[in-house]
Amino acid sequence: MDKHSWAWFHRFASPPYLYKVAGLLTPWFAWSAALLIAAGLYGGLWSSPPDYQQGDGFRIIYIHVPSAYLSMMCYGIVALASAVGLIWRLKLAHAVAVAAAPLGASFTLLALITGSLWGKPMWGTFWVWDARLTSELILLFLYLGFIALTRAYEDQRSGDRAGAVLALVGVVNLPIIHYSVVWWNSLHQGSTKFFGNDAEIPASMLVPLLLMIFGFTCFFAACLLKRIQVEVLERERNATWVAEVLR
Amino acid sequence: MSSTVLTLISQDIRLAYRRRSEVATPLMFFILVITLFPLGLSPQPELLRNIAPGVVWVAALLAALIGQQSLFKTDFDDGSLEQWLLTPAPLELLALGRVASHWLVSGLPLVVLSPLMGMLMNYPGAAMGDLALSLLLGTAILSLLGAVGAALTVGLRQSGMLLPILVLPLAIPVLIFGAQAATQAARGEDPSGALYLLAALLVLGITLVPFAIAAAIRVSLES
Repeated sequence: MDKHSWAWFHRFASPPYLYKVAGLLTPWFAWSAALLIAAGLYGGLWSSPPDYQQGDGFRIIYIHVPSAYLSMMCYGIVALASAVGLIWRLKLAHAVAVAAAPLGASFTLLALITGSLWGKPMWGTFWVWDARLTSELILLFLYLGFIALTRAYEDQRSGDRAGAVLALVGVVNLPIIHYSVVWWNSLHQGSTKFFGNDAEIPASMLVPLLLMIFGFTCFFAACLLKRIQVEVLERERNATWVAEVLR
Repeated sequence: MSSTVLTLISQDIRLAYRRRSEVATPLMFFILVITLFPLGLSPQPELLRNIAPGVVWVAALLAALIGQQSLFKTDFDDGSLEQWLLTPAPLELLALGRVASHWLVSGLPLVVLSPLMGMLMNYPGAAMGDLALSLLLGTAILSLLGAVGAALTVGLRQSGMLLPILVLPLAIPVLIFGAQAATQAARGEDPSGALYLLAALLVLGITLVPFAIAAAIRVSLES
């Protein structure tokens, strides 16, 4: 292996560089998010037909599915950034984990709220102890534990590393929690088959849903990059480059 | 190397014997929490029999957590924890030894008391062995998980409130499988599936958790 092949990676260890790259990328993701979500909302709310069983109630999936997927992907990002931070001692990786956790918690909360709003007309109650709802709730607790722990330390570096250990323990435990809850109780509808000839969802619903998923992902990326910028500024507040940037 | 760990365990047990009232506090808590349920709900025998597995298990979970807060505290305060880093024995093994000694003085008594608590909750006598067995496996896993939380929060001022928030979500699978085994045994079904899953979790925990505890101790000592 060429020893320079990782050079691009190490540049991200430099706070001003990360700040600059994040600042350049944010508008691209923000504008793509705006366009994709606008297109997805038009397709989802106007041009797709009501479901034959659920009527217009099903339309909440255009918010629910992207939030639920992001809530899980974000925990993956927190855990990955934590692992990178612990293994290669990259301080900025911890900044990424700390910036991502509240976003993940918000999407988890959004998935829970939209899920219970959907559950009221469909299941007749806002909350049932269904497997996926329950694991989503536990995921929220895991996020809150991570946030509480990283903020409990006065020393930033210790807080980062403590949170990272907790995130890694959590990510190993997450599949166990999920399957234990699934075996315990399941009421949630099974996974829908999205693609192929025997797909269970018509294209008029699938296309807006995919648009919303990509749009939410871009929105998430834009928020995450902005939060990383703020986190970097806060951590480097005594550095000279911050004074120059903020002038 | 192993003699260091054995010395640590025997010393911990001797210390616990001399501080008996401290060791007894989580047990008292365990008994009191269970006593509250018949008082708060209703003393109907059928109701108590139905909720007995869950109540005993939740009480055990909370009692185990209460005992956990002091796991590394005194050693952290007097600096012995730093000496752990300097001993030739690996920190992971020392941490596992501490978890083992702590489980012997706090987890095992819960298991021994559980048939008595089951009796109070009208749990069927024939299934008592399975209830105790599920707690035997489960409290050991809880000790391991709690040790991660205790090591992460040992240097913090509000560690008391933080520990349950960190550990309880992680302990949910243990609660589910443990209470499931106890429920199945009470209905006269075969609880071995849930018990095997608990045993699998215990093996996984003993294999992986000491590394997490050691990493957490290092973080706490650096701050």
